[in-house]
Amino acid sequence: MVTTERIWASLAAIPDPEIPAVSLVDLGVVRDVQVTDRSVRVTFAPTFLGCPATEVMQREIAERIRELGAEPEIEIAVEGWSSDWITEEGRRKLEESGFAPPSGSGPTTLLQIQSGVHRCPYCGSDDTKLENLFGPTPCRSIRYCNACRQPFEQFKTL
Amino acid sequence: MNAQELLRLADDELILGWRNSEWTGIAPFLEEDVAFSSIAQTEIGHARAWYELAAEELGTDADALALDRDPAEYESAPLVELRLVPDWARTIARHWLYETADAVRIEALKGSDDADVASLAEKIDREETYHRMHAQMWADRLRDEPRFEDAVDELWPYAAAMLPPTQRSTLADRVGKEVPSNKVLLSHERGQSGDGLRVLWEEMTMVRRSVPGAKW
Repeated sequence: MVTTERIWASLAAIPDPEIPAVSLVDLGVVRDVQVTDRSVRVTFAPTFLGCPATEVMQREIAERIRELGAEPEIEIAVEGWSSDWITEEGRRKLEESGFAPPSGSGPTTLLQIQSGVHRCPYCGSDDTKLENLFGPTPCRSIRYCNACRQPFEQFKTL
Repeated sequence: MNAQELLRLADDELILGWRNSEWTGIAPFLEEDVAFSSIAQTEIGHARAWYELAAEELGTDADALALDRDPAEYESAPLVELRLVPDWARTIARHWLYETADAVRIEALKGSDDADVASLAEKIDREETYHRMHAQMWADRLRDEPRFEDAVDELWPYAAAMLPPTQRSTLADRVGKEVPSNKVLLSHERGQSGDGLRVLWEEMTMVRRSVPGAKW
């Protein structure tokens, strides 16, 4: 029978469909794995409700579990996903691929977003400004670095 | 919570999401093109989550509720049904009034006895923080513009009528208005969908109707 560790390792190899530098485990969307006689039950927390990638994620999780010879059962977590659940490893990988990781934890105000310290993932400067609260996907804002003149994507705090 | 109340929430978010998406490609500048498109996407995501709860009670699925009903069966508020492109002042007035009203409603839902409703409201509330920040930023920017003020006055009765009567005075305080008279409210309440919704519905359900039962 497949072990819980084996399942976690397998899920940790699934890249995020939109930011492949991080895995689903890095992103904190896999909340729990329970192996029973009949199935493997994964508790999954979708990120933003409007994010189309969450369906792809669930499909990928189910496929990996089937590949290991077990029957997947995916349950949606009661508690809503928070950007605080992104692991340290995940934050490091985000920054390395040009995404500023989420800062602090909610609730967020516009003032915090405009004035708070947000580090440029390219040059490390704190001299950055908010360009747009919204970005190419629901989870990102757009900032601009005054030091290296590079626009960059900021993961939203949720 | 009963299915009709859930459908009101879902229909409001779906129709507003659709209306917001009408700015995609034609907003006054690129940042707003991105913002309105992203807001549309999250509102439709919220609609789907409310439809899923309603679907459990009604024994159907979210897509069927969103796309297979007749326009006359939608529970959406007239506020969200108005087609406002290309009028930016009225769009921002609706955005600000809707987000302010929705916040009052969501706060109440977070205290619901229904655990599914309360936890979904909590999640939606955190996502809506970004919509509210955006709406407030624009309302502050346009506050003294006569076109914006006129638009807020015009749309205020719609916003008040969107909420249940017990929540209207809270909203009035937050937007600095008086609750409109019952006569005015009655002519702006739900269940008075006009041709605007039918035109939107024709477009929104076109693909689904063209290939019934298709899987994507």
